[in-house]
This record gives sequence, C-alpha cells and structure tokens, in this order.
Amino acid sequence: MSTQELTYIFVGLSFALYIAIAIWSRAKSTSDFYVAGKGVHPIANGMATAADWMSAASFISMAGLIAFMGKDGSVYLMGWTGGYVLLALLLAPYLRKFGQFTVPDFIGTRYYSKAARLVAVVCLIFVSFTYVAGQMRGVGIVFSRFLEVDINSGVIIGMGIVFFYAVLGGMKGITYTQVAQYCVLIFAYLVPAIFISILMTGNPIPQLGFGDTLVDSSTYLLDKLDKVTTELGFLAYTENSKSTIDVFCITAALMFGTAGLPHVIVRFFTVPSVRDARKSAGYALVFIALLYTTAPAVGAFARMNFIDSIQDQQYSNAPAWFKNWESIGLIAWNDKNADGVIHYSAGNAFEDKRPQFIDKAGDSGQRLTSNPADNSNKNEIYIDKDIMVLANPEIAKLPGWVIALVAAGGLAAALSTAAGLLLVISSSISHDLLKKTFKPNISEKQELFYARCAAAVAIIIAGLFGIYPPGFVAQVVAFAFGLAAATIFPALLLGIFSKSMNKEGAIAGMISGLIFTSSYIIYFKFINPVSDNATYWVGGISPEGIGFIGMLINFIVAIFISRFYPNPPQEVSKMIEMIRRP
Amino acid sequence: MKNNPSQSYWKSNIRILVALLAIWFVASFGFGILWSDALDEIRIGGFKLGFWFAQQGSIYIFVLLIFVYVFLMNRLDKKYHKEMSADSEEQ
Repeated sequence: MSTQELTYIFVGLSFALYIAIAIWSRAKSTSDFYVAGKGVHPIANGMATAADWMSAASFISMAGLIAFMGKDGSVYLMGWTGGYVLLALLLAPYLRKFGQFTVPDFIGTRYYSKAARLVAVVCLIFVSFTYVAGQMRGVGIVFSRFLEVDINSGVIIGMGIVFFYAVLGGMKGITYTQVAQYCVLIFAYLVPAIFISILMTGNPIPQLGFGDTLVDSSTYLLDKLDKVTTELGFLAYTENSKSTIDVFCITAALMFGTAGLPHVIVRFFTVPSVRDARKSAGYALVFIALLYTTAPAVGAFARMNFIDSIQDQQYSNAPAWFKNWESIGLIAWNDKNADGVIHYSAGNAFEDKRPQFIDKAGDSGQRLTSNPADNSNKNEIYIDKDIMVLANPEIAKLPGWVIALVAAGGLAAALSTAAGLLLVISSSISHDLLKKTFKPNISEKQELFYARCAAAVAIIIAGLFGIYPPGFVAQVVAFAFGLAAATIFPALLLGIFSKSMNKEGAIAGMISGLIFTSSYIIYFKFINPVSDNATYWVGGISPEGIGFIGMLINFIVAIFISRFYPNPPQEVSKMIEMIRRP
Repeated sequence: MKNNPSQSYWKSNIRILVALLAIWFVASFGFGILWSDALDEIRIGGFKLGFWFAQQGSIYIFVLLIFVYVFLMNRLDKKYHKEMSADSEEQ
C-alpha cells in the first residue's frame, strides 16, 4: 500500500474513533457541558489535559524549533512544563475547591465585581482565539502535505469533526476524545523517535540516545553536531545565543503564562475532589513530559539527518521529501553559485523572510523565487522550521506506515487543543457573559443551548482563521502567554494567598499588566518591527519575555493600590478560608 | 485559645510550597539557565550537564516535585481531619 493510502486509513480510523466517543459521551446538563459532570478520573483527566495542552505547536513545531535553535530551544521545554508545577502547587487545588465552572467565575466572585469578571473574560477570549488560529494552520499543513487535499477543505473537515464532538458532547465529549487523541499523538511521536534513535545511536530510548555515541564511530552525537554546526558558521548546537537575562525572562513568561492559561486551569474543575486535582496535575505532567523529553532528542536527530542528507548533493539527486516540501512551498533552494549543488550554512538564502515563488523552474528544475538573493553568505536553503517533525520520518527513510501515523498524530494534537479552547470560549460567553452578567434569568436548558450556539460560532470563526490565516499568528503567540502571565496569573495567585487583596488592587494590577505587556509587544511586533532586536530591547528583554516583567508590575501595582482601599467584605474572607481548607 | 487546626494546616501548607518551589527554581532557572554554562564543564556521557538540565533534567524534577507535593499534602490532610474530629469530640 502506498504511504498516501495508509495515511487515509490512519486518519480515517482515528476520526471515526473520535466521533464514536462523542456519541457515547453526550452532555446532558450544563455541568456535563462545562466540567464533564466533575466525574473524570485523575488519570483520564491527566491524559486529556496533556492532549489539550500539547497543541500543533508542541507536536509539529517544537522539535523543529529546537533543531534550529539548539540550546536556546530549552526556553520552550522548561517554560511549557515548569508551569505545571506552579499550577499544581499554587492554583489547581484551590480553584477546584472553589468549585465553580470557569476562571472568570473565580475572579468575579473573589473580587466581588462584574468589572473584574469582564476583564478576565476579555483576556481569556483573546488568549484563546490567538491559540486556535495556530491550531488551524497545523491542520492545514498536515492535510495539504499528506492527504493532498487543499488547505481549505482540510480546515473544513477538521472543523466539522470538532463541531460534532464539542457542540454535542461539551466538556464531557471533549475530555474522552482527548484521552483517545493523547494515545494517538504520543504513539505517533514516540514511534519515529525510537526508530531514528536506534538507527543513529543504537539506543532505543531517544532521551538517552541523543547523549550517546553514533552507531558507526566513537564520537558522541552532540559533539558531532556541535562540530558540524560550527563548521557551517552557526553557533555550536549546545551553546546559547540569546543573553542569559532574555532566556530567563522568556522561560519565566512561558511558565507563569502556562499556569494562567484558562483552557488548562479549567481542566482541573472536571475531577471529583481537591485530592484528585493535585494528582491529576501530576499525571498531566508525566504525560506531557513523555513528549517534551523526547522533543529535544528528535530535534538533535533531525538537525543531524537534515544536514547529512542534503549537504553538497546534486539537486537532481536530492531526496524525494526535499522536492515534496519544495512543491508546497515550505522549502526553497536558491542556487547562488549556479553549480547545481545544494549548499547549506548559516545566513539567509535570500532577502525577506519568506520565499515568493514564481511560476518558473530553474536550470536544475527547482522552483524559482522573486526574492533577491542575499549574497552576504553562501547558504542556499530556505526551510520552514514547522516541517521538521513531519519530514523527519521521511528524512530518516522510515516505512510508510510511520509517516501515516505522524500525520494522524499531528491532527490529533491540533484538534484536541482546538476543541479545548473552543469550549473555554463558549463557556465564557454563555456562562460568564450571559448567565452571570447580562441575562441572569435564563434557565439551565437555555444556558446549555446558548453554550452550544457559542461553541458553533467560535468554531466557524476559528475555521475562517484557518482558511484566511492572518499574517500575525506567529507574532501574537508571545501575546497569549505574556497576557496570561501578566493578567490572569497574578489575579488568581493573590486571590488565593492574600486575604487583604481587594477589587481595586486586583483590577488596577490586571490593567497595568495588560497595558504594559501589550504596548511593549505591539511596539516591537507591529509598529516598529525593524527594531525588534537586542540592541533596542529595554534591558535586553525580548517581547517574548516581557510578560514576566508585566507580571511583576501587576503584583507591585496590585499590592500598592490595595493598601488605600478597604479589605474585601466578610463573605469573601469566608470564601478564601473555605478554599484553603482541604 | 489553642492553635486552630485550620491555621496550622495553612502554615504547614505554605512551608511545603516554599520548600518545593525553591527546588523548582534551582532546577530550572538555576541549573538550566543561570549556572548552566558553569555546569557545562561537567560531562555525563555525551551530555554537558548544564545542557542536560536545560533540556531534560529540569523536566524530570518538575514531575517528581508534583508527586512529592501530592504525597505531603495527602499526609497533611489526614492529620488535619484527625485533629478536626478530635476537636469536635472534645466539645
């Protein structure tokens, strides 16, 4: 069977499984719809949380980023896992004890204010849509490369599936499909990693393999990689190129941002008890760590294989994967010296970041671009970092079924995250905006109906993001984490650990964190993107890391302002005492 | 008035948090970032130690920390519930 047919079978089977689970676990009440009836086993919840958390970015992009960033890539590894420690120790058990449906619920009640609830809802919707847009790009890439469906139909199929189980099943349907999606995605991630680890180092455990010696010599893989990358003009693979302060701030912003992301927090509302909330955070991190400790190994293998298989090759003899990805525009070759041989080294192949393809073939048959060549260096290769995980099995010449599996895994990762986010968006609209703010008199049945409508509308908007991808997706990811770190996390933390924090302090804190962080990011990403480099950053902190400073500002402002206003009312202090008791 | 079980529970809880978060900070921001280059001088197999902490070790420690937390808190919860029921029997 061809790889193409296998891919259809794998993807088809996995989709059938998700739909079957959705039908089996329909939501019957608002509690089912928002928090799966609070009856999810901690291990199941851990898996669902892991699938919810590991998006197309984790599955598809992260190892590729690490492959090209080397040690700098650690910011993602530590940042996207360390946040779970904060979540488990500082937030999850208390929010579960509080026992409501949404994150704005907590903020609205704790700060006895509709304004605080609204600020939280706005941040939450912004963060969630930013994220969903990224998932849709992932779905589009997988469909267009592996199923040869055009991106638009791919997105529509993906949306159809999510629509079915999110609208029908709510949190309950989503949770159980996410358990299945976790199994699919982790299997799809580990199988090729194990294969490649055995091929390159003879060690079947990728986490150990990338610290092992290469099969045919006594040289360590990482030493060889350091040597090769240095020779090609890059910084050595195991060295940082970013400054220590920047690495520190980015890692911190990602960690605190993770702990403040509403779609992650809300998962801990679905388990039966406080004890289970703690345990479930632990299981979630185990399941996440399985992928996150494999990713740096995959990154190192991919970089090595990539260089080995194309360097100094005649274009006419270039491997099939190279031409496949070139045909969909994610690889480009600019034959600067017109010798027909591929040369890869540090620097840009041409000016402008992305290739603009024209409808012409060059002397060797390569696709030509209209970009002017960048002659300051000898590099002839443009490669989109997003393709490394998907291309890796082909680069390593693994069998067709492994490649098909990876396609199904990539879709599982994108769909599970999209569904979780859509649910957060719909519950914040039907529950926080309608039920708790504008239309308090609606019945539970009506609320459930509005929740389903909101989910449907959110899916359509997300689909539009996928079909007409806004050019700013990559830029706004920094936003999502920065804002979560600078607004939601401090409000939650102070709400639990400080009895004297009042609504004036919390709102002032959230607003100053929001304004500071967004102005810094908007300035460097949109108004003046030319100056987005270390020379102009304040204190050497990049927009990706500024959320951490925003968070510190939020804490300082909140604590300072709260001194001038009265303590929160009696019933709020009672509530704080209640959530602190086991 | 003798020490209220809820207050002593909360104090022990904070002590556990501070201790575990200190380890969390040292393992990631310390070994993985601030002292990473110094640790790189030490090698274990093919890994430089600072690099290993940044891409592997810190994550294993995170997982461990959460399970230690679960264990300590469950023990603390039990103690609290015992004290609470002892209190209500006295009354």
